[in-house]
Amino acid sequence: MNHLSKALLLMAALAVSACTNPNRFPGDGAGSGSGTGAGQYGAGGIIPGSANDPTSSAYFQQSVGDRVLFAVDQSSLSPQAQSTLDGQAQWLMTNSDYLAVVEGHADEQGTREYNLALGARRANAVMEYLIARGIPTSRLRFVSYGKERPIEICSEEACYAKNRRAVTIISAGGLTS
Amino acid sequence: MRYILASVAAALTVLAATVAMAQDGPLRITITEGVIEPIPYAVPSFVAESAAAQTYADQLSRVVAGDLTGTGLFREIPRDAHISNITSFQSPVQFADWKAINAQALITGAVDVNGSGQLIVKFRVYDVFAGAELGEGMQFAGTADGVRRMAHKVADQVYSRITGESGYFDSRVVFVSETGPKDQRAKRLAIMDYDGANLQFLTDSRAIVLAPRFSPSGDRVLYTSYDTGEPRVHVLNVGDVQSRILPTASGMMSFAPRFAPDGRNVVYSVTQGANTDIFKMEIGSGATTQLTTAPSIETGPSYSPDGNRIVFESDRSGTQQLYVMSASGGEPQRISFGAGRYGTPVWSPRGDLIAFTKQNAGRFHIGVMRVDGSEERLLTASFLDEGPTWAPNGRVLMFMRETQGAQGASSLYSVDISGRNLKRVPTPEGASDPSWGPLQ
Repeated sequence: MNHLSKALLLMAALAVSACTNPNRFPGDGAGSGSGTGAGQYGAGGIIPGSANDPTSSAYFQQSVGDRVLFAVDQSSLSPQAQSTLDGQAQWLMTNSDYLAVVEGHADEQGTREYNLALGARRANAVMEYLIARGIPTSRLRFVSYGKERPIEICSEEACYAKNRRAVTIISAGGLTS
Repeated sequence: MRYILASVAAALTVLAATVAMAQDGPLRITITEGVIEPIPYAVPSFVAESAAAQTYADQLSRVVAGDLTGTGLFREIPRDAHISNITSFQSPVQFADWKAINAQALITGAVDVNGSGQLIVKFRVYDVFAGAELGEGMQFAGTADGVRRMAHKVADQVYSRITGESGYFDSRVVFVSETGPKDQRAKRLAIMDYDGANLQFLTDSRAIVLAPRFSPSGDRVLYTSYDTGEPRVHVLNVGDVQSRILPTASGMMSFAPRFAPDGRNVVYSVTQGANTDIFKMEIGSGATTQLTTAPSIETGPSYSPDGNRIVFESDRSGTQQLYVMSASGGEPQRISFGAGRYGTPVWSPRGDLIAFTKQNAGRFHIGVMRVDGSEERLLTASFLDEGPTWAPNGRVLMFMRETQGAQGASSLYSVDISGRNLKRVPTPEGASDPSWGPLQ
């Protein structure tokens, strides 16, 4: 019981921090099954699949950082973005059963079809960076959503900045469970 | 009769913002600061020639009036001002009664239901001040569920007899119907009459669908769907609503499709790595040709009506700009040089203008320029106007407008190429990416 409430407290803390963490990507097909209080616990109180399990997609999203942001109309990677991608590459090297799809996005200040191509440019920049860091091309794929899938909906730069993103979505596709 | 013809033709060709036009004779059209004085006309209820036709008689005249008044070129004189009643299609018109209320054009009509249940619609157009019929009376036959189409055909005839231009009322628009907030927007393809009537959905909203484009004859629609998980060009038969993926390079995004004027070829964009180029495919054989090779983004291709040239957008200069190339590819020529960014070019069906989306200083505009890039004119301005499509007669543009902010929603608007008569096109849900089909 004590164990459980500790775990729940930890999860609550993570949830709170996730709210302010720009690297949080709610409810996409990462499919880790994390965040259910009913999970079993492993050694040392680590719940497999939860954000404190370093092999989980929740950990990848929240601790490694699943996304990088771009300047207006740009697809070049900032030093901060490169550092995030270094972490992603390292994680993908360690967790070699995972596949990754890089999703490219644009903000709403652009025409639809151009933004599709721009989102592709951003996703491709991320993919090429990961390949240069040693991730096999066969584990990587990208798709652009242009301006179709914003995560922030205000029409201000604060929102646009978060929408101009490339998000690395990992899946345990390499596992033969 | 000559007065009506001359004045409206002049009104249609006047593009400058400030033109004052005074003329002799009863008909006056004054365009000042882009505002035209519309021609007053009367369209009494059509005459029902049998009891079964009664339910259609008034509807026909209402749809005709909606079409004509909706152009901004005509103003209906309300029925309660009419002095004469039209009770018989054959009786002589009392011109004095229509002159007295300053109706410069008069449209009379009749409807009957024949033995096999078909509607028979007849109409005549009169130039009241000339005291004569404008063209010949005409008759259409059709089914009862096509009653609006028959009215549109009448209005197209009236429009073309008075303006000397072909009409655009008996036409349809395919577009994306939208529901839900910006971050969870559901989209499905829909088709409707140009005025928003007879809406029908063509896809469900399971996959994101974008930017449908009609074939030249209106029998097929190209669009982009994510139903395979990534954007791919699809082609849909309007008749049986069956669609298939165009056999573009697998594993690569394909989008921004448009038909060639021959209806047999399609141009579209393919993304490979960071590079997006324009390709052409012969639909029948699936044979493809790459038309651009620059390492930049080339998209939004649109053919000239003669099929010889293609206008498209490219950011090879550093920002989105418009270029024209031969339909077989080769070195393109840049045509946009104003401030800001230019995208989504569409060649006018008349061949004389290119409509585009312009983005400048945080605002979006729909504009037109000549095909050499000269005489650029911006017709609209808002937070987000995008994606113009031409009416079949090249006189009106429809486009999407999205409002600002977290509650932002999109809807369709139309505007004359003079910048006049901006109005919302009614749709039951949000709407974007219109493509205006041909006259049916």
